Amino acid sequence: MILFILAVFLFLIGVYGVVAKRNLIKIVIGIALMEYSVNLFLILVGYVKGGTAPILTEGMTKDPFVDPLPQAMVLTAIVIGLATTALLLAIAIRIYKKYGTFDIREIKNLKG
Amino acid sequence: MKGMTIIVKKVTQMICGVIFLYGIYIIVHGHLTPGGGFAGGAIVSGSFILLILAFGSEFLALKKEETGSSILESSAILIFLIIAALGMVIGGVGVFFVNFLPKGTIGQLISAGVIPLFNIAVGMEVAAALLTIFLALLIYRDEVLK
Amino acid sequence: MELLLIVIMVLMIGGAIFSLEARDLLSAVIAYGIVGFGLVICFLLLQAPDLALVQIVVETITLIIMIAVILNSTREETEHGKGRRSVVFALFAFAFIGLFLYFFDRTTRTLSAFGEHTLRMSKAYLQPGAQQTGSANLVTGVIFDYRGYDTLGEATILFTAVIGVLAVLRLKGRKEKE
Repeated sequence: MILFILAVFLFLIGVYGVVAKRNLIKIVIGIALMEYSVNLFLILVGYVKGGTAPILTEGMTKDPFVDPLPQAMVLTAIVIGLATTALLLAIAIRIYKKYGTFDIREIKNLKG
Repeated sequence: MKGMTIIVKKVTQMICGVIFLYGIYIIVHGHLTPGGGFAGGAIVSGSFILLILAFGSEFLALKKEETGSSILESSAILIFLIIAALGMVIGGVGVFFVNFLPKGTIGQLISAGVIPLFNIAVGMEVAAALLTIFLALLIYRDEVLK
Repeated sequence: MELLLIVIMVLMIGGAIFSLEARDLLSAVIAYGIVGFGLVICFLLLQAPDLALVQIVVETITLIIMIAVILNSTREETEHGKGRRSVVFALFAFAFIGLFLYFFDRTTRTLSAFGEHTLRMSKAYLQPGAQQTGSANLVTGVIFDYRGYDTLGEATILFTAVIGVLAVLRLKGRKEKE
């Protein structure tokens, strides 16, 4: 149980980073931390005590397999997280070129 | 962007071919060992990024490279769709994504029907996508930020 | 094994807190790397080797892109000290955290304990999995044969993100007007 609570605590740190920080790079780091913590939580749910990886090899023992369905979902989620972070960083570097700063309180005016 | 020192350049010349072959090995053996299309594609793009970082960007024709990798990515996802749609025509059921090639014995290299072809298409697509993102940021830095 | 997982997760939480509170942006990005690589060790301990491979390469590429973005712009963060709204803000934050943890605790009582696992869908995929798909790697069989449509969606998202990066940086299209 304590492992679930630690994973959700990492998620809450990510939420704190998005809500309370003023620098744009810290907001992007917060979003990425939320994605990592959710991936970890899904794999924690699917673990079987004493299980092995779900791959058939020669000379396997009769251990039970770990659940392969959350692993398939999280495999695509990791690559999607990378795509999202890259797009956010491209937007951040455009904002820096236009306004000269990363601080979100100074880029609130919609200048033309 | 300038390149790095001569030690880094020599080590990169020796290593980047090995990394590329390792990435292709992980893509092709995706149905036998852990790995598959996504991990192998990321490793292949890692070898290209290493080459660009070690030798500097004045060494390449950046616009042409970026056009080439963008065309490769689009054609890889088109191949993925064509194989999926062929399953609708050839397999007897008439739905998307039918595994229509014969499945051999488990554990051989040529087995599991159409899954190795999917692995190769996804590997090409992930490698070209990561390389295009990196080249776009590099071109932006070189030509716009001056 | 659980003790090792707890130690590594505490290390990840420490790295995350440091990365959000650092003044220098380069230190923040390097501390963010601790979280990513700690996740690789967690995936290996939870018997998921595919995910560990993908996560280690993706984390390296993310760090390269972040450092490239930071070194082309400013490197420090200018905090102007605490404002006058910070007491109300802290109160709301504690209330939110308390409510969240209470409801989360009630929800996870319906899940099984860590390690005992009773999902019915997985038995339907594990038993005939190797025979029906023909592949020895069951995770690849689930991705490309039982759940192929989701993989098509993921490839589409990656493609759209690349088009988005090219469009935002305005590399194709008209020239800069300024």
